[in-house]
Amino acid sequence: MTFSWNLVTDLRDMWQYAFMRNAFEAGTIVAIVAGIIGYIVVLRRSAFATHALGHVGFSGAAGAVLFGVNPVYGLLLFTIGGGTGMALLGRRASTRDIEIGTVLAFMLGLGLVFLSLYTGYATEAYSILFGEILGISSAGVLLTLEAGLIVFAVLAIIYRPLLFSSLDEDVAEAKGLPMMALGLAFMILLAVTISFAVQVVGVLLIFALMVTPAATAVRLTKRPLYAAIVSVVISLFAVWVGLFISWYEPYPVSFFIVSIAFALYVLVRGGAALSAWLSPRARAVAVPDSQAGPESA
Amino acid sequence: MSSVLSSSPDVVDGSAAIVADHVEVGYRNKVVWHDASFDVQRGEFVAVIGPNGSGKTTLFRLLLGLQRPRRGSLTVLGEPPRRGNVRIGYVPQRHTIDNDTHVAASALVRLGASGSRWGPGVAFRAVADAADEALASVGATELGSKSLGSMSGGELQRVFLAEALVGNPEMLLLDEPLSNLDLRRSRELVEVVHELVRSRHVTTLLVAHDINPLIECLDKVIYIANGHVATGPPETVLTSPSLSELYGVPVEVLHDSRGNIVIVGGENPHEPEAP
Repeated sequence: MTFSWNLVTDLRDMWQYAFMRNAFEAGTIVAIVAGIIGYIVVLRRSAFATHALGHVGFSGAAGAVLFGVNPVYGLLLFTIGGGTGMALLGRRASTRDIEIGTVLAFMLGLGLVFLSLYTGYATEAYSILFGEILGISSAGVLLTLEAGLIVFAVLAIIYRPLLFSSLDEDVAEAKGLPMMALGLAFMILLAVTISFAVQVVGVLLIFALMVTPAATAVRLTKRPLYAAIVSVVISLFAVWVGLFISWYEPYPVSFFIVSIAFALYVLVRGGAALSAWLSPRARAVAVPDSQAGPESA
Repeated sequence: MSSVLSSSPDVVDGSAAIVADHVEVGYRNKVVWHDASFDVQRGEFVAVIGPNGSGKTTLFRLLLGLQRPRRGSLTVLGEPPRRGNVRIGYVPQRHTIDNDTHVAASALVRLGASGSRWGPGVAFRAVADAADEALASVGATELGSKSLGSMSGGELQRVFLAEALVGNPEMLLLDEPLSNLDLRRSRELVEVVHELVRSRHVTTLLVAHDINPLIECLDKVIYIANGHVATGPPETVLTSPSLSELYGVPVEVLHDSRGNIVIVGGENPHEPEAP
């Protein structure tokens, strides 16, 4: 299969194969949901909690493999359990690095034991850790779609109160919003999204799909709705281009997806720094207000 | 002369914004303040003053329905306090906002109007207009497109004020809005708030450490110290005898040539710490 500049023909070539179609479909669903949830992760400063939930999910997935169950169910069980725990511990629990890190390390260790007890292939561990988007079955795509639709529907209902409570906790509480319930709902949505995103990039690279696109998007627009949309576009771009390249190059898809997300992040941060440096205002006076850093958008 | 500590509510009809009758508040086994009876009339600009941990924010929590009085009765805008009262606009005490908050100020102000609404819906025209109007009323139109993380303390307080104003509340509760501002910015913000009180007739309670930037605009002072609450016009409450009675130790109120007030001896070393 050779690359041609007629991208439509290229895609048509790829999509002759079911595994590529499945990969594109599942990747698209995950990218959309992860892009939106990622924006709220960035707003709530729950990036480390997201990373940790992926690791918690690892032991769930490894346990499921050991018992011969679809790893995604193990992931769902453990990430929802972990997410619920974090939400119930209180409003600021998801920013407690040390407690979360302690549980994270234990969960990785637990996953390791499960895998060593499992006498099958080491590839199982590899695919949980780094993703196996090319191995998703049609049934897997359907499951991903169902989960994606549920997350999307719940988000549509709670989006504005969730945004408000993430941005301005005290006022939202005084306005009568159920803070604990919103925090819990968010952690469960996050857990479900992570469980399916693991298929695409694996638990170790979850950050690149769940956080990096949104972190890039907030540097491009200050409007929450636009930021969520830009975040989705970046996730989609990374997944699609990653899959596309992987068709021609013999390296793991996850590597391409992660690299594209990273490259866009570096590009945007670098571009913002450059434009701030070039802008005459910033060079003329050291404005005390500008401690927030470059603001090019 | 009747004592500022034991004055009973003058007006108990529906025109009072706040009526407190022998209210006691506390956390678990600790009383924060007790036996507080006072009233605030509609359209009054009131400063809430007192040492750290004396229970100023606790008063706001009571009014917002986030906490209940242990004894006594409290009425806010003619009804018992309840959480989620849209007739009250609230600006909590915020120490900092993260520099990394890349969110436009107008988005926060809009959430002040629509953030409690569930269900899908794209930005409503009416919400955007209300947010613009609120920003304009605090002289912050040009701040709408700035990101929260890049704002100075004074700019942030204006945006928070607009966020609290956006639903056209009848009462504003402002917790330490002046705490991170220099004297000039403090006076500017007080001017903005005072203008709102006058033009909108919105009852406003403002918690402050220093009464001096406020003193010319105030109708009333609620002074909380030593577990007691004293209320009245500034010239009645901010006197040596009245504050000495409140603190239970000799306190002196000094005036400088420009009308600034200094309170000496009030910070009692045996003052219980904040819960």
